[in-house]
Amino acid sequence: MSTDSTAALVKSPGAASDGPAEAGPSGRGPRSRSAAAYLRYVAGKLAGAAVSLFAVLVTSFFLFRMIPGDPVKHMTQGRPVSTEQLAAMRREFGLDLPLWQQFTDYCAKALTGDFGMSYQFRAPVIDKITEALPATLLLTGTAFVIYTVLGIWLGARSAWRGGKFGDRFGTAFALTLYSVPSFWLGLLLIVTLSVGVGPIPGVFPTGGMESGGQSGFAHVLDVAHHMVLPVLTLVAVEYARTLLVMRSSLLDEMGSDYLTTARAKGLRDDAVRRRHAVPNALLPTVTLLFVNLGNTVAGAILVETVFSWPGLGGLFYQALSVPDLPLVQGLFFLFAAAVILMNTLADVIYPLLDPRVGR
Amino acid sequence: MDRPEQHGSSTNPRTRRGRLRLLAASGVAAMSLTAGLATPLNPAPHEAEAADGGKKTLTVAVAQSVDSLSPFLAQTLVSTSIHRLMYDFLTNYDAKDNSTVPAMATEWESSDDKLTWTYTIRSDAKWSDGEKVTAEDAAWTFNTMMEDEAAATANGSFTSNFKKVTAPGPDKLVVELKKPQATMTALDVPIVPKHVWEKVDDFSKFNNDQDFPVVGNGPFVLTEYKRDSYVKLTANKDYWRGAPKFDELVFRYYKDQDAAVAALRKGEVSFAAGSPSLTPAQANSLAKADNIKVNEGPGRRFFALAVNPGARTKDGEEFGDGHPALQDAKVREALFTAVDRETIVDRVFQGNAVEGEGYIPPRFGDYFWKPSAEQKRAYDPAKAAELLDDAGYEKNAEGKRVGKDGKPLDFRILCHATDPNDKAVGKYLQEWWGELGIGLKVDCLDNVSDPWAAGEYDLAFDGWSVNPDPDFVLGIHTCAALPNKPKESSATDNFICDKEFDKLYGQQLAEYDPAKRADLVKQMQSRLYDTGYMNVLAYPNAVEAYRTDQIKSITTMPQAAGNIYGQDGYWSWWSAVPADDDAGSEGSGGLSTGAMVGIGVAAVLAIGAGVLFGLRRRATAEDRE
Repeated sequence: MSTDSTAALVKSPGAASDGPAEAGPSGRGPRSRSAAAYLRYVAGKLAGAAVSLFAVLVTSFFLFRMIPGDPVKHMTQGRPVSTEQLAAMRREFGLDLPLWQQFTDYCAKALTGDFGMSYQFRAPVIDKITEALPATLLLTGTAFVIYTVLGIWLGARSAWRGGKFGDRFGTAFALTLYSVPSFWLGLLLIVTLSVGVGPIPGVFPTGGMESGGQSGFAHVLDVAHHMVLPVLTLVAVEYARTLLVMRSSLLDEMGSDYLTTARAKGLRDDAVRRRHAVPNALLPTVTLLFVNLGNTVAGAILVETVFSWPGLGGLFYQALSVPDLPLVQGLFFLFAAAVILMNTLADVIYPLLDPRVGR
Repeated sequence: MDRPEQHGSSTNPRTRRGRLRLLAASGVAAMSLTAGLATPLNPAPHEAEAADGGKKTLTVAVAQSVDSLSPFLAQTLVSTSIHRLMYDFLTNYDAKDNSTVPAMATEWESSDDKLTWTYTIRSDAKWSDGEKVTAEDAAWTFNTMMEDEAAATANGSFTSNFKKVTAPGPDKLVVELKKPQATMTALDVPIVPKHVWEKVDDFSKFNNDQDFPVVGNGPFVLTEYKRDSYVKLTANKDYWRGAPKFDELVFRYYKDQDAAVAALRKGEVSFAAGSPSLTPAQANSLAKADNIKVNEGPGRRFFALAVNPGARTKDGEEFGDGHPALQDAKVREALFTAVDRETIVDRVFQGNAVEGEGYIPPRFGDYFWKPSAEQKRAYDPAKAAELLDDAGYEKNAEGKRVGKDGKPLDFRILCHATDPNDKAVGKYLQEWWGELGIGLKVDCLDNVSDPWAAGEYDLAFDGWSVNPDPDFVLGIHTCAALPNKPKESSATDNFICDKEFDKLYGQQLAEYDPAKRADLVKQMQSRLYDTGYMNVLAYPNAVEAYRTDQIKSITTMPQAAGNIYGQDGYWSWWSAVPADDDAGSEGSGGLSTGAMVGIGVAAVLAIGAGVLFGLRRRATAEDRE
């Protein structure tokens, strides 16, 4: 889709006809000027991202200290512990130090990439995150690819036949799924497709990521099998957004003259849509795409919970309930960093897609 | 499809084809997602057994994460339950009546001055790596906890009164105490193999989850662990008490209880809902299902109302803002007399609870105590009103009781926002106490521990899980448990500090005769009841369910009618007998694996062919343009 779109930008009449894709043979004045402008633009965006990241780093320390609750008391709930044990744990976690000292310790360590030890798991925060990250990326990443492709495709078709039955039905259907709570849909899928109802056989596992005890290709298939329902849930509730954005931006393009020109050339309707209209309507979708991509890291707490997926969403929830401060801070930073990074990336890529940006 | 027509701009065929393609597209999307059907990956558990040469697996659905697999660090119930299975403790509790029975120690005796305990360690036990289990292992475990603060994290309270622990011989363990301690046959500390654990250099960071199988001496050996996916244990065939009947025990994660119930229905797990219990709705629906038994047994928790007696530190410094009227015993008595426990059990717990009496639940028969007829604050709203009238809390013009300070009585109660029972009972209390002329504000918070530790409450919903040895749940009401500084977290439950209660507490801790100690414990409960700062409303039952086509029989604790998950001991999983293979082992879907594979492969092939075909046709169409 993306190679298609950059190539197609060449044909877009609205923009200056030279996309950076063909800026290769330089040497002419305006081009090097535009390259410099682009670099300046990128540097500005990167600086902005760095400032945001630092702000997140600081915020995450104070934000989560406002959560009421005593981690030590929560962790030892219902267990025979003496006051001395409680004091020893507070000392171990550094919770007995004054706040400013906790803060400077945290900053000094965080800048070297060390987010400390998780209170409840007694393991470095980084280890807990790297343990759970692949599971989350696998689940939300797969869902992301499917709902993005599906959303763009269906959105384009919907707009192309705007107002017709297919459009109205498709959009209404997508919106209905969008407004369904994901955990409820997930449970429904478990009850029907996992357990089986009436003639429907229950063919999917009720939860988890793997059966265990398998290796090699069998393991891959096993994980894929476990992934079907959570991915289906995520796609069902997520694809509407991409669809709607794609649909509305394509509708904006519908009356454009260049489409009439394309049709006048005798191009097939399909080709007019795919090569001319869609690429021009894709920009807002690309924004959304990067926002979604940034969010994939944060996982999907509800879906991960319903399907017992061992990912970051579940870890974050667990960390919050203690609150396991180092783990919460580390995860929050990661989530925020992913969004910032993806937004920056989107900013950096925009001028390549649309030369009007960044000038 | 009639492609030639496509060249024109006539809308009609285009739309038609578009619709078809839209349909096909959604079809493909749906099919590719369900393509998992194609893989022979989802055999019901029994089928997996068959493939594994008849290996019997017991799968238990759990929700709580393992915090650590190191017995020195683990605090969550799931982890400590797993440690019960992996490591022997010195003693165990009888499934019948919770009395102490031998485990790693076969005999024990105390010296005349009550300060030295000598345990005889069994000689027929081996670690799973073949080494012999000796007294030295136990001595090393306790000494490590006494010397290393990190190693004391989980179970330090058990050794805080130890002076010295030695192992004069391979079968003799000697513990010297600072003060007499009656809980010496209830040391719930997993004993670890010294030859493995002495290599650990930092106990605060060692989680015991890298090398499998983990060397242990319990009825099961931990062989595999995947975080939040599963914990796998295999039966220890050489276990001295006898090998477990199942070959494998798997704790599988279901973070959502409804999903766990679905897995039980399907037969993916053999047991569901240890902690928390099944909801009444879940239990009712499971009770109707085939091959599933819902087990309701007395729980180990009590559900109580706690009254702030005026928060204070050990030195007597007062803090917090508990209502002064609640210091008046008559007011507390009137409040509790106006509580209808029967209604709470019937309406709030929907019958899945037992009406509250004394402090310790009836499950622990030796220590269970009931108030006498004259002591009991039975539900009697008229008497409650009378008590308030007599004590001088008259109603004002608006019908509200007025305190000694001339202000109407308005109390606050701390409620756990996560516990629907708290909220429901709160509503009833508002009604009952409202009729008395007393206002009640129910403060439901996600985290009650801050206002609680600060003493900023009048009443609170309180509840503890009680152990076979009641020392801990009694100790949290002694003056010694009060915080050192205001608002600091401490062992105290409810800031109770009562000299009489403390005296009895000291006596029971030094009383080594079980019957005499039980009597003292009952006296303590009587005193706690009379002082009226704690009032138990109900003992919630444990409601669990298991598949009878996978588990033929299983020991509950107490044996007559008890629970299965989180027992004090390993009885349930150790004793569980697998059901005969044939009963109900046909896949729940009714399709054989082979048929499913066939259908799946055919479906994938068909989709693949269709897509290929479509792409090719399209490609040629575009080429022509």
